Amino acid sequence: MSAVPEIETASATTASARTTNVMIVGVGGQGVLMISKALALIGQKQGLQVKQSEVHGMAKRGGVVFSHVRFGAEVWSPTICKGEADVLIALEWAEGLRWLEYLRPETGVFIADTRRIVPPFACRSRRRGATMAYARETPAEVIDKVSEGYALDAAAIATGLGESRAGNTVLLGVLSASMGVPVAEWLAVLEMLVPPKSRAINHKAFEAGRAWAEAAHNDSSLRFDAGFAADVTHADLPEVSVRLDINAAWCKGCDICVKLCPERCLALNEYQVAYLTAPQACTGCHVCEWLCPDFAIEVHTTQKVPMTVSE
Amino acid sequence: MNVEAWPKAAADVLPLMGNEAIARGAWEAGVKVAAAYPGTPSTEILESLSQYPASDLYAEWSTNEKVALDVAIGAALSGVRAIACMKHVGLNVASDSLMSMSYIGAHAGLVLIVCDDPGIHSSQNEQDTRLFARFAGVPVLEPSDAQEAYGFTRLAFDLSEQFDTPVIVRSTTRLSHTRSVVRVGDRVAPPSKGFVNAPGKTVTIPANARRLHPKLIEREAKLAAWFETSPLTRWEKGAATFGIVTGSTSYLYVKEIAPNASILKLGMAYPLPEATLRAFAASVDRLLVVEELEPALEAQIRALGLPAEGKVFFPRAGELSPELVRAGLAAAGLAEAAPAPVSIGIEPMARPPVLCAGCPHTGAFFALRGLEARVAGDIGCYTLAAVEPLRSIDTTICMGASIGNAVGMAAAGEKKPIVATIGDSTFLHSGIPPLINAVYNKANITVVILDNSITAMTGGQDHPGTGRGVRGDPAPKADYEAICRAVGVSWVRRVDPYDVGHMYQTLREAVVHKGVSVVISERPCVLDPVKIKGNPLAVSQERCVACQSCMNLGCPALIWSDALHEGRHKVAIDAAACIGCTLCAQVCPTDCIQPTVLA
Repeated sequence: MSAVPEIETASATTASARTTNVMIVGVGGQGVLMISKALALIGQKQGLQVKQSEVHGMAKRGGVVFSHVRFGAEVWSPTICKGEADVLIALEWAEGLRWLEYLRPETGVFIADTRRIVPPFACRSRRRGATMAYARETPAEVIDKVSEGYALDAAAIATGLGESRAGNTVLLGVLSASMGVPVAEWLAVLEMLVPPKSRAINHKAFEAGRAWAEAAHNDSSLRFDAGFAADVTHADLPEVSVRLDINAAWCKGCDICVKLCPERCLALNEYQVAYLTAPQACTGCHVCEWLCPDFAIEVHTTQKVPMTVSE
Repeated sequence: MNVEAWPKAAADVLPLMGNEAIARGAWEAGVKVAAAYPGTPSTEILESLSQYPASDLYAEWSTNEKVALDVAIGAALSGVRAIACMKHVGLNVASDSLMSMSYIGAHAGLVLIVCDDPGIHSSQNEQDTRLFARFAGVPVLEPSDAQEAYGFTRLAFDLSEQFDTPVIVRSTTRLSHTRSVVRVGDRVAPPSKGFVNAPGKTVTIPANARRLHPKLIEREAKLAAWFETSPLTRWEKGAATFGIVTGSTSYLYVKEIAPNASILKLGMAYPLPEATLRAFAASVDRLLVVEELEPALEAQIRALGLPAEGKVFFPRAGELSPELVRAGLAAAGLAEAAPAPVSIGIEPMARPPVLCAGCPHTGAFFALRGLEARVAGDIGCYTLAAVEPLRSIDTTICMGASIGNAVGMAAAGEKKPIVATIGDSTFLHSGIPPLINAVYNKANITVVILDNSITAMTGGQDHPGTGRGVRGDPAPKADYEAICRAVGVSWVRRVDPYDVGHMYQTLREAVVHKGVSVVISERPCVLDPVKIKGNPLAVSQERCVACQSCMNLGCPALIWSDALHEGRHKVAIDAAACIGCTLCAQVCPTDCIQPTVLA
């Protein structure tokens, strides 16, 4: 039989002190790690077990970055389950929305920078009236959906203080107002994490964030920036049809239009004459028309007149 | 057995990432030689080891994982403790050495750290190293958190010497990149054992290998017996009547979700302690196995005739999580299902990773796209050029595959020009033998060496082409043109990828050259070793005609402006992100992108 002694585990009895779960999210290069390190240190100073988990690698390249920080009497899983984050801190607006389902529905606190980092992926259509593929929800709408939410332009506050990169410290200040840890401890932790030359500015940024949060705690109308401008949509633009006329007799197959068409919808046929491979892709930008050395291309755009019934 | 998994007296308490804990464990075990090739999620182990004094240990970035393991083997056979670190797919490269070394043994402690990537956060597959260990007949330890990562690594050196075997310590992305507090001890460096001096053991000619193989099989039985009573095997008796066999980070998820279960926590995945498993199975009314990826434990346990249930409830693909463990236990009728998640009704926006603003690869691949070539790609940041808008890579197989793939494409009669693209570090890793092969076999291909003077993808590590060693010391610098000419490439050009026109013209010339042509695209990475930030450009909003030709670069500094031209969005440049590489200005048909002062 086995010689391994059976151990009565203590976990079932000591797990009563519930673990605190904080998620910090943003875009590669924003300083997600600084906030999660600060939180881990705060947890550690309280004599708690701390686990801090993140994923490196591809995410660095402008992609999605997230960090899980858990602290409590006994912490097992390094990751937080959906619906169990006590606090969600977002350094970028759309990233906050991505992870909202991780927040505890009844008690979770949502803290977000309204700063937008628009990925090239969101600006991919050249069509008339195209809208940016970026989150359209406004802070007012989102704050309404969560149990307790704060949305501020932390990057602007930091820029106002003279250091645009201290937005994450502003958010740390906002967070500190939601946690029962003395200010002095936060500042001590901050001192450990920032280089000496930027200590003063980070101190100011922290205080600014904390002051903003204290005001917002007292007056819920201050919990989001009402001036947040949603994207302009262009749904009212009249539709236009585009026609490309290529004069085959003049085209000498130089390939310039083929190589420089932004939509890459031109090609040379078997007679080395340019033709439109995908008429629906052409946006009528005129680049081929202007660059053709032989004036062989004409772009015609016609506004489609909507049928209206006069009264 | 006089082996300790943890230090008796805690010398200190440190918050360590899993990888740092592994490095600490190796350092305390007195490791003298450490070698690695960077690869997420393993990179920080050697970086961390190289922070310890040079008088304590020799550390090197090797050209590839096989070289790293060979270096470690040479050191171990010479009598000092040695370690080689790699990611899971790195073990494929190093496997030839491992399979022989498994027969030979170790002499001084020989430890391989292999970091798997369940969930494929930054890899080309999610192969399970535990199966590899079994294939090689080498024990594999599976720590679950940073404390164990430290302790198991330390222990692995003792085990290696005691049982005369290489030992694999398997980490995963989640463990390698999770930080928690670790109780650490002091370094105890055993004296050198001197060279092994046993040619009957260390020269694997058939006569010797035939004698060594049965010894390997005996060793397996001895290890299994040792594991029965080792601190690596832990039986946690719970109130519940069902039992779970688990290890690695899966153990943490089980503790989170089923704190009352009886748990047999295995610190090793091969070989397994049979008697303990049988006793555990007999003590519970249902036996479950919770493990990430392959049913490595489950298959071995079922082979013992025990009624283990595992992959029927838990996924075989992807990273495990507390949610998935809960769902699996619920499906087994042993836990309550999680409440259905409350939908917020917000569709998350796509944000795929992109090449950095000013990345030299952007110019190279923009030019390559114009060539309409068949492009065999390789491993590095530039795999991002496989998607829109650069979309100029047809295949990515594994490290160093591109040049061989291109030779095959040419041999198959592909009509398009055939190009292989390979980064500097990857070229040195495993691109040179296939280049020699291409020359020797008179292949009609073009090789583009993307020399950004760093191993960029993994966060900026040095390699033989950077002129610096792992400790920042000056080192000889590989000359790519000389390498190409030496192996017989007669057509070699060096081009700056920031000059798109020149790059395009050079590529056009290269592909019409009969035989192997090489274009070396030379421009340093904008992130490492130093962050490059030049004066930003700006778009003249009066002159922009919203053709968005520049957007085909996929540069993250280019965004839509609010202004429209004929209903289409004009472009603006994020001055904070722009480094002034001028690629967008070069492709603009209306010359509306200019230095900030002029626009």
